[in-house]
Amino acid sequence: MTGPSRPNTDQDSSFIFDGMRYPARKGDTLAAALLANGIGLVGRSFKYHRPRGIMTAGVEEPNALVTVGEGGRTEPNTRATDVFVYDGLVARSQNRWPNLSLDFGAIFGLAGPVFSAGFYYKTFFGSAKRWMFYEHFIRKAAGLGNAPRDADPDRFSQRAAFCDVLVVGAGPAGIEAALEASEAGKRVILVEQDEIIGASLIRDPQEQDSAWVSESADRIRAAGGRILTRTTASGYWEHDLVTLTQRLAEPGQIPANGVAQRLWHVRAGQVILATGSSERPMAFPHNDRPGVMLSQAVRTYVRRFGVCPGQRVVIATNNDDAYLTAHALREAGAQIVAILDARPAPAGQANGFTTFNNAHPLSTKGSRHCLKSVSGLVDGVSKSWDADLLAVSGGFTPVVHLHCQAGGSLEWNDAAQAFVPAQSRQNVKTIGGAATPAAIFTSAPVVPAKKSFVDFQNDVTLADVDLAWAEGYRSVEHLKRYTTLGMATDQGKTSNMGALARLAEKQGVAIPEAGLTTFRPPYTPVTMGLFAGAAAKDAGAHKRRLALYDVHAAKKPIWQPLGYWFRPRAYPMTGENLAEAAMREARSVRTAVGMTDVSTLAKFEVSGPDAVTLLETVCATSVGKLAIGRGRYTFMLREDGFVFDDGTVWRIDENRYLLTSSTGGADRMATHLSYVRNYLHPELSVSVVNVQEHHAGIAIAGPRAKSVLAKLIGEEPPRHMSTVATKIADVAVLILAASYSGERAFEIYVDARNATPVWGACETAVVAEGGCLYGLEAMEFLRIEKGHLVVGAEIDGRMTPHDLALDKMLNKAGGFIGSAGLTRPALSEAGRRQLVGLEAVEGSIPEGSMLVTADGKSPEGHVSASAFRILEGGSIALGQLADGFLRHGEELIATSPTRGQRARVRVVAPHFYDSAGERYRD
Amino acid sequence: MMLINCPHCGPRAQSEFIYERTVDSVPPAGVSNDKAMQTLFTRGNPRGVDEEIWRHTFGCRAWMVVTRHRVTNGISHVRAVGPEALP
Repeated sequence: MTGPSRPNTDQDSSFIFDGMRYPARKGDTLAAALLANGIGLVGRSFKYHRPRGIMTAGVEEPNALVTVGEGGRTEPNTRATDVFVYDGLVARSQNRWPNLSLDFGAIFGLAGPVFSAGFYYKTFFGSAKRWMFYEHFIRKAAGLGNAPRDADPDRFSQRAAFCDVLVVGAGPAGIEAALEASEAGKRVILVEQDEIIGASLIRDPQEQDSAWVSESADRIRAAGGRILTRTTASGYWEHDLVTLTQRLAEPGQIPANGVAQRLWHVRAGQVILATGSSERPMAFPHNDRPGVMLSQAVRTYVRRFGVCPGQRVVIATNNDDAYLTAHALREAGAQIVAILDARPAPAGQANGFTTFNNAHPLSTKGSRHCLKSVSGLVDGVSKSWDADLLAVSGGFTPVVHLHCQAGGSLEWNDAAQAFVPAQSRQNVKTIGGAATPAAIFTSAPVVPAKKSFVDFQNDVTLADVDLAWAEGYRSVEHLKRYTTLGMATDQGKTSNMGALARLAEKQGVAIPEAGLTTFRPPYTPVTMGLFAGAAAKDAGAHKRRLALYDVHAAKKPIWQPLGYWFRPRAYPMTGENLAEAAMREARSVRTAVGMTDVSTLAKFEVSGPDAVTLLETVCATSVGKLAIGRGRYTFMLREDGFVFDDGTVWRIDENRYLLTSSTGGADRMATHLSYVRNYLHPELSVSVVNVQEHHAGIAIAGPRAKSVLAKLIGEEPPRHMSTVATKIADVAVLILAASYSGERAFEIYVDARNATPVWGACETAVVAEGGCLYGLEAMEFLRIEKGHLVVGAEIDGRMTPHDLALDKMLNKAGGFIGSAGLTRPALSEAGRRQLVGLEAVEGSIPEGSMLVTADGKSPEGHVSASAFRILEGGSIALGQLADGFLRHGEELIATSPTRGQRARVRVVAPHFYDSAGERYRD
Repeated sequence: MMLINCPHCGPRAQSEFIYERTVDSVPPAGVSNDKAMQTLFTRGNPRGVDEEIWRHTFGCRAWMVVTRHRVTNGISHVRAVGPEALP
């Protein structure tokens, strides 16, 4: 059999369903090919494992969900009605075990009442043991397809586009609108989710034939318009931005050019929605059996795909449209056994069909695979017919998703018993069937509620709606969450109106008064890879390379991520592990000299007559008294008074300063400085330049650092917290005498492009003095022992300057950001956590552990960083402890239950090494 | 995603911008500590027009004040701020 849209009748490809190979024809959807091969049973339902077949011919399909593809290309929960068969397609049914026909999970159907509305809520709020008992079985039994384990080998791309008019839906109304706009000289994009355009004209070519469709398409393209097929307008966002998801390959198919799908961001001048409507099912017992289909879908299979889904057909309808299906079926050679028309009197269709008025379907009988008979009520009297197909038409629901996503309102169309688009604040209008759905006759179901499914995908019946009502759920939003109605992957495209009508009937109000749930993007499910786009492979984070990357890499260090960079964590010698290498490096700094790469520190050059004003706004310490060539430690507060970063500030020249801050907070500090300069203080004469990556930085630290420096620069090195501009290896450098390790130390800043010779000269000099390179791990040991702070560990956004014992450094003049916040009473109350040192009395202090008293009450603090004394050995740590300043000498327990580690600790001052700072000085 | 009319670059997608805060959360210069904290923490959340500080971070990096309606997202005005925008 052929259909008007079938280009040929050759069985030109084959596909595999549940391990069996079947033939298919070009242009078939998987659903059409399955029906053509006589396969009625396609899946099992979500909760009750009821056998389900194909119900629709479009994206609204709730039943026929399959897993398509293999390996990383596997796509679970794909609607068989929304995938076009390609040669070699592999599809598997879902939610069944051991196989589709014999599914042990169907036992849950017999236990129906157990899984009624609100099952999860009742179980969660019951005894915990009940859930513990059920969970294993439920996780195994309820569900859809499984996500693939392998990475998707294909690429996903993104594209931005602009147009004057975006037309969504290429049916008669959409094609007409696109044609008119493009021939009026507008830039037009016409999108259609199907593989071919025409929509309702494909099944009902009597209005306009396919020649009109292709001629119109040619004219649109000739006028410069763009037609995107297999493309879904999936989201309508602010200011007329519409996202389109374009399939360049079918699910599971190897894409021709490596790109499987493309996400479009289209900013449109105007959006025209010609999205049509989808047909509603009817609610009656066993309305979910394979062989019960929507009427328009039946017509589509007959007319478009040349597949007749049944030979003896009963049609149930409340409108005229279903009679077109009857004609189509008769032309295809099927027998129309009966038409059950809900309308009380003949509506004047000239037909020759056996038609009953005031007639409603009552139930169906059949096997797992097919329908055998249909019973109905005619004028209240029960009748039965042998049939292998029941085509139902319960009316038409306009596809208003995009209109509602755009923030538009809906109004009730009584004749069609449907919501149609009304006002919108965006530049959008809806035309065609979505704006003016066909009139129907409405009557409340007169059949039992049990097993009368409204939401087929989530297994919600009229009885569940009734139960939710009986248990006090009045709002449609509550009904939705309690019964899970409309919460499946189809978002209730076929179910919401049926349930809403039932709720309104229970409430005794008109449907529009019962309310409606929110329509949210995406219209149809979107693959996660599409959102990630080209960034999928490295998770979107960009990597930056140290200027001295090659120098480090040649030494094969252990790398550690820090901010956007990877920095050497340690440089192990043959046979050393990380801890051994780090301890050797740290000892070298304590006893001789070491050098390390500190290039990633945030660095800003602040210059101009008002440089001090800006710095004294951002920094909580005073800057104005700094002499030229001198520097000092500083820290910055948020407006609420908490410390958020720290660093150093150096006066390079009369009106020129260098400000350093933490690596990890570099972007935040850059934004903060820019905000202060541009928004808070545009009147200042000052310039702030981010020089973070302009300078590479090398730190040389240790008792012999000064003699190393003297050899390198050929002059007396600067005093502690002083700076000098000079040359190393004939390259201009800026030397800051600052110490993070606790030893006499220097930071050498050099233009990143010329860093390599400077590093080479430094390394030669350091090695000649018996020193070595050190990495981040040794640096951490050194700074913990010295009691220096780290942003993210001790400075965690919850500590005030007083909590960190920095309050003596605060600028007495005030006026800095955070000075008002510091006056809040809670910031000086007793009981605040304060910085302390901890030394182990017994055991080794676990990183991140809680501090509790011996009687084991709730935690009074935590360990922010732990290490070992570098020369003497012994476990030490920095931590935060309630009223810690007053508790030196007290013994506590540091415990990490998640790691099963604990230690007894003594609270001490947070300086374990040279607390007088004598080693800095010459 | 909104379309923001950058005073320097013209209409650009919201993804190029970062939102900083509303103008009325910035304590005016020279107010008392109490008043400053009140501005920071106890603010109105009116259903209507709001002035917001945005930055065209992934464009010209300039700061601006965007007048946006909180319900409709309609943007009625964008004004440049910073040293160059001073009268």
